[in-house]
Amino acid sequence: MKTEPRTPYPEPFTMTTDSAIDQLKLSAGDYASNQEVRWCPGCGDYAILAQMKKTMAALGVPRENIVFVSGIGCSSRFPYYMNTYGIHSIHGRAPAIATGLKIMRPELFVWVITGDGDGLSIGGNHLIHAIRRNLDINIVLFNNRIYGLTKGQYSPTSPLAKVTKSSPMGSIDNPLNILSVAVGCEATFVARTVDVNTKHLGMCLERAADHRGTSFIEVYQNCVVFNDGAFDYATDRKLKSDAILELEHGKPMIFGKDRQKGIRLVGMEPEVVTLGEGVSEGDLLVHDEAAKEPSLAYFLSRMHYPDFPEPIGVFRAVDRPKYDELLNRQIDEAVEAQGAGDLDRLLSSGETWTVGQAEP
Amino acid sequence: MYEIRAKTMTAADGVKPVVDLQAATVRFCGDSGDGMQLAGTQLTNTSALAGNDVATFPDYPAEIRAPRGTKAGVSGFQIHFAADKIFTPGDQVDALVAMNAAALATNLQDLVPHGILIANEDGFGKRDLELAGYQQNPLEDGSLAAYQLHRVGMTRLTREAVKSSGLSTKEADRCRNFFAMGLVFWLYDRSLEPTERFILEKFGRRPAIAEANRTALRAGYNYGITTEAIARRFAVGPADLPPGRYRNITGNLALAWGLMAAAERSGCPLFYGTYPITPASDILHELARRKNFGARTFQAEDEIAAVTSVIGAAFGGAMGVTGTSGPGVSLKSEAIGLAVMTELPMLVINVQRAGPSTGLPTKTEQADLFQTLYGRHGECPLPVLAARSPADCFDVALEAWRIATGYMTPVVILSDAHVANGSEPWRIPKLDELPKIEVTHPGPSDGEPFLPYARDERLSRPWAIPGTPGLMHRIGGLETQDPTGAVSYDPANHERMVKLRGSKIAGIARDIPPQAVEGPQSGALLLLTWGGTYGAAATAVRQLWKEGASVAHAHLRHLNPFPANLGELVKRYRRVLVAELNSGQLRTLVRARFLVDAAGLNKITGRPFAVAEIASAMRLELDQQNVKGRGRMPKVE
Ligand code: SF4
Repeated sequence: MKTEPRTPYPEPFTMTTDSAIDQLKLSAGDYASNQEVRWCPGCGDYAILAQMKKTMAALGVPRENIVFVSGIGCSSRFPYYMNTYGIHSIHGRAPAIATGLKIMRPELFVWVITGDGDGLSIGGNHLIHAIRRNLDINIVLFNNRIYGLTKGQYSPTSPLAKVTKSSPMGSIDNPLNILSVAVGCEATFVARTVDVNTKHLGMCLERAADHRGTSFIEVYQNCVVFNDGAFDYATDRKLKSDAILELEHGKPMIFGKDRQKGIRLVGMEPEVVTLGEGVSEGDLLVHDEAAKEPSLAYFLSRMHYPDFPEPIGVFRAVDRPKYDELLNRQIDEAVEAQGAGDLDRLLSSGETWTVGQAEP
Repeated sequence: MYEIRAKTMTAADGVKPVVDLQAATVRFCGDSGDGMQLAGTQLTNTSALAGNDVATFPDYPAEIRAPRGTKAGVSGFQIHFAADKIFTPGDQVDALVAMNAAALATNLQDLVPHGILIANEDGFGKRDLELAGYQQNPLEDGSLAAYQLHRVGMTRLTREAVKSSGLSTKEADRCRNFFAMGLVFWLYDRSLEPTERFILEKFGRRPAIAEANRTALRAGYNYGITTEAIARRFAVGPADLPPGRYRNITGNLALAWGLMAAAERSGCPLFYGTYPITPASDILHELARRKNFGARTFQAEDEIAAVTSVIGAAFGGAMGVTGTSGPGVSLKSEAIGLAVMTELPMLVINVQRAGPSTGLPTKTEQADLFQTLYGRHGECPLPVLAARSPADCFDVALEAWRIATGYMTPVVILSDAHVANGSEPWRIPKLDELPKIEVTHPGPSDGEPFLPYARDERLSRPWAIPGTPGLMHRIGGLETQDPTGAVSYDPANHERMVKLRGSKIAGIARDIPPQAVEGPQSGALLLLTWGGTYGAAATAVRQLWKEGASVAHAHLRHLNPFPANLGELVKRYRRVLVAELNSGQLRTLVRARFLVDAAGLNKITGRPFAVAEIASAMRLELDQQNVKGRGRMPKVE
């Protein structure tokens, strides 16, 4: 390993990505670190990890240009298992760490891995501000509706009346609707997917990777130890076709075993209808992920099983200026307008006086 | 740039005698809307341009606009200008300008007996007197007989002077501080030129206002010439400062520029992640204006996001800095622990203010030393430096970044409200005369496993940054295996890592200058101080030297680790007196570390030490010791 002195002027880095290693075609296995994975056997996190490695290989991003940042919780162990750069930080703060990193190193491919406790409870503030700033980062929130690492207390997404160790008579905390929060912060990319639905998960990760701006993905993740079966309706082969609505841009919202049900709008309210009984495809709501107003994404985020099928897929994907780009553009504009800073000049600017011999 | 003005006596003023002084201390005080900070700043700059050494003490209320005319709303600015080297804004003032009754009521106690008192008699109406708690008008009841009282109807005179400008009465009254300035400038034989230039720059786009301010300034000056009431004026000649080009600088500005200089001397791009807080926000304001220097500022959603964004920037290879005050440090503590654990270089600035909790947000204190050293869970050592004066902030920023990068550690810089807002002349350095800060990142690796916690001879680890092929690694808050960086729950490894982190910081003592002493190298009494108390302490010690007393002074810049010789040094004196603006934090450390029975001089009023307070505490110590050698002159080395 050789040591290289740094460039003399404090410019943010622009690393070349065409090193020898990049030329190699990497497989999913190349993105695995040498750390033993320590999640409980059967935990949904395994499926997400496997899919993430496949996605990275498919995208062909050099490992050295990828950074995974996480907070605290079961999901936050994720960076240790990826053979990339990574920070396993403190509870809830990953979005803020990612913000500082992305501002200074805009060329890096930055992922935040968080959970429902980490991202929405202790770190809720950072999450909403990262989303509204729209930095070009990807946030994946593993939602298992429980605190796993601390052994089974209710979380901000646990349903009302949920009985846990810390809510023996049932939770009285109204759950947060994650995607409503994201949409409320004007997220430019919002998606939901399910841990074991690997194809769909892979699609969402790739779409998030391609999106310029903050991508926010909620992954339904089964905690086999403390909340097993919380998402059975979304994974069970018999149940899911009626319980899940797969969103597709430009397509009418149809679901059900025989694809005979759909969503129709009555006034401002969605309604489940059966096709054929006086209802045709043309009456159904058509998904538009690029809608300028977030209203559609918002009301989709409010649809919950069993009253409605729960939507998965890309809720919203729009374009908005990115914080890291705007900040670095201001730097360029300042240099253009004022010239590159000269510190000697600055220190001697304004009122000065000379004592003794005047300097040349 | 201007030549030092030779002491002049113009023909018009010649009728009144000019008395030469070595130094003078003036305080402007009035309502927080009266522009007293501006008046003080102008007198400061003018005096500095005239070659004086200057030291200032702005003192303002926490409320942006406290109710008008109340004592709570009084704002003051004190300036000490001298023909000698000076270190403090002065304990007492020779001249007090009081714009209203409340200002007089809250400031009179600091005016020397027979001092000059210029009172705006238009600020002593019935309501003003009531708000200030006066039963009768002090300007009329003879209670001010001990002072040279000059009653000046500044409001009335200003309105008259600017009558032709077309300004409303309210606008005209806003020129009053310029009238006050003009009068004081005349009194101390100061040039109007710098202030006239300032008026043009500041109000140039509003010509009517610029002209009115200029008129008021001149009216005040001319009032001095013509009034029968003031018979003498004063002059303070230039001080004998080391040759060079100078400017006046505040602590926060010096800190901001010091950070920029450190970035440039190390080649690391500057990232300042912060959340607005008094009295640190001016650092953000300055850096936010310097985008053409590549300085990137991030106003975070809270204090925790501010410090963690800096951790992210540091991981990316930037010079990450966060600035705050005590309440913000409390919030950042967990994240600073993460920075210690991950061994990333970064700076945390604490511009201390009086606590606990919100405390006195605009007042000064040195009560965060324990917090800085011990305010984190686990064994979590980091280097701590304190700035002793406004200009010193510049050097401290460079030194702190040298240590942070040399040892891969967060470093805390302690300033305080007094240092941050105060100002003094600063000899402007040339950038390439400043020490270069060598920063290296390991280059690409092909094959051999990368060990992120492999240590060099200083126990420092490599700063490998994302984007470098072959060096992919993970860092985090979980205990790490030495030297692989893998997560480790091994008990013996944990103890080893705690000790390694501790030894690394302790070892910095070998890399900092030994503690210097002013005065005798051993003997009766050592005055030990740190941070913003330097000026008062150095002045007090010089007073005692003049009296022939044997006292020495050591002022600490490095609070952790201490300079290597400190333990031996404190034992060379029969008594150590630790003066600090808290209940005895450094004193406790010195006693615990070195087993010396150090005494304390402590003050927790939100105000800096007066020179007299430290001087009399030292006299008392010497008397109690009944030291025979008190008549001896110190051997200055
Ligand atoms: S506790 Fe639950 S979430 Fe955590 S690793 Fe085990 S199964 Fe997964």
